[in-house]
Amino acid sequence: MNFLAVIGRIVLSSLAMIGNLSVFAARSASHVVRPPLYARHIGQQMLRIGYFSLPVVGLTALFTGATLAQQIYVGGLRFNAESAVAGVVVIAIVRELGPVLAGLMVAGRVSSAMAAELGTMRVTEQIDALVTLSTNPFKYLVVPRLIAGVITLPLLVMVANIIGVYGGFLIGTERLGFNQASYLQLTVDFLERSDVVSSLGKAAVFGFIIALAGCYHGYNSKGGAEGVGRATTNAVVSAFILILLSNLIMTIIIFTQ
Amino acid sequence: MSSPAKISLAGVEKRFGPKVVLDGIDLSVARGESLVVIGGSGSGKSVLIKCILGILKPDAGAIHVDGLDAVRGGSDVREEILCKIGMLFQGGALFDSLAVWENVAFGLIQGRKMNKNAAKQIAIEKLKRVGLGADVADLRPAELSGGMQKRVGLARAIAAEPEIIFFDEPTTGLDPIMADVINDLIVESVRELGATTITITHDMSSVRKIADRVAMLYKGKIVWNGPRGQIDQSGNDYVDQFIHGRATGPIQMDVLKR
Repeated sequence: MNFLAVIGRIVLSSLAMIGNLSVFAARSASHVVRPPLYARHIGQQMLRIGYFSLPVVGLTALFTGATLAQQIYVGGLRFNAESAVAGVVVIAIVRELGPVLAGLMVAGRVSSAMAAELGTMRVTEQIDALVTLSTNPFKYLVVPRLIAGVITLPLLVMVANIIGVYGGFLIGTERLGFNQASYLQLTVDFLERSDVVSSLGKAAVFGFIIALAGCYHGYNSKGGAEGVGRATTNAVVSAFILILLSNLIMTIIIFTQ
Repeated sequence: MSSPAKISLAGVEKRFGPKVVLDGIDLSVARGESLVVIGGSGSGKSVLIKCILGILKPDAGAIHVDGLDAVRGGSDVREEILCKIGMLFQGGALFDSLAVWENVAFGLIQGRKMNKNAAKQIAIEKLKRVGLGADVADLRPAELSGGMQKRVGLARAIAAEPEIIFFDEPTTGLDPIMADVINDLIVESVRELGATTITITHDMSSVRKIADRVAMLYKGKIVWNGPRGQIDQSGNDYVDQFIHGRATGPIQMDVLKR
């Protein structure tokens, strides 16, 4: 009986969280289209999300592209398909690994930081202070982060894709003996415009999810330092789950023949 | 004929799950009056102010500020009410990411769309008003002591020269001398502005210095309400126990949770 009660409680609280998150997202979206917009804050957030995430996203993409090239070469040897390295690397990086890995790395870095910042503002009554100063906390705190997330992630993913492909190029030409010009030609030949569009589209969705998870958990945190810690963890976990789930859904929708 | 109340609450109720925090509060504050609400920790004092500010929505009852319906009025009404209000938060609630002057001028720049340079001049003037020099203006809140943060919070509360000011535990965490300085600043600032104020505190020296009228909140109800001069002869057991800080009496503190 207790076991059933525990399951019921978990299901109910999960449903409540999905409902609350949806309401939060809808409320945020409604503020995006209504002035005022705080342009300076959007710029600051773009800098935090994009520019300061470049090193970690760049390194992740570089190593992943390089590893992928090595694995495809070794795996391809088994059925004489080692020449597919350039094509598989570019498709895998642009369609999946670039947006997903960049999304996960930024989620780990940015969702947690947003949740901690907003959570601290919540428990120290700074968000209440905004209300008393005739400033809508949604417009001032949440909307700039969401807009910055949606704009910045595609830019970041574009850079990650290029670096990822370059990682494969480095291993392919320096270690596996491919000709530089033919590797690049194969990369260009295999890549289609729809691959790039889907990659950037996914990135924009991931940017929204990352900012939403960070803002939602931070904005609704309670219970002092412990509550802020919990909000930070929950923000990262929800962002990861939502990124992977939405990636699956988008992949099925976009790439169904 | 008495003037209509600046702030009035009628039958205000608020609960969080099964816990009843406000249980039918009836209260009114006249224009220019200083009401101090006393009560122990967890008695619902902060919730009361948050309901008036619209940060929390009461489950029942009516709240009017200057005749405007704070509960059922739309966002325009709420905005109009908030324009009349300044608030000093218990912990200061200063924005860490902004300089001291930007904190003080925040409501002027964001709320009233004032030019930044003009707002900075007003902020420096208000900082002087609370005894802080212009050299403090460019510091960050984290670089200030607790007493200085309270003063900055007070400067922010009075910056827009509001008609109503709320003080949430204005002297908590301060030494007795600094607490008295803050009390004096509150009295002077409020007198200068002619503002209506509600202060929530459990510091009796604040009560004796700030209040025109005192209301005592216990378990979500107003158990006594009267002029400051009558507080020592209230004849109310709750008030007597509270102002003398006795452990025994009708007020039961939840010392043991189990």
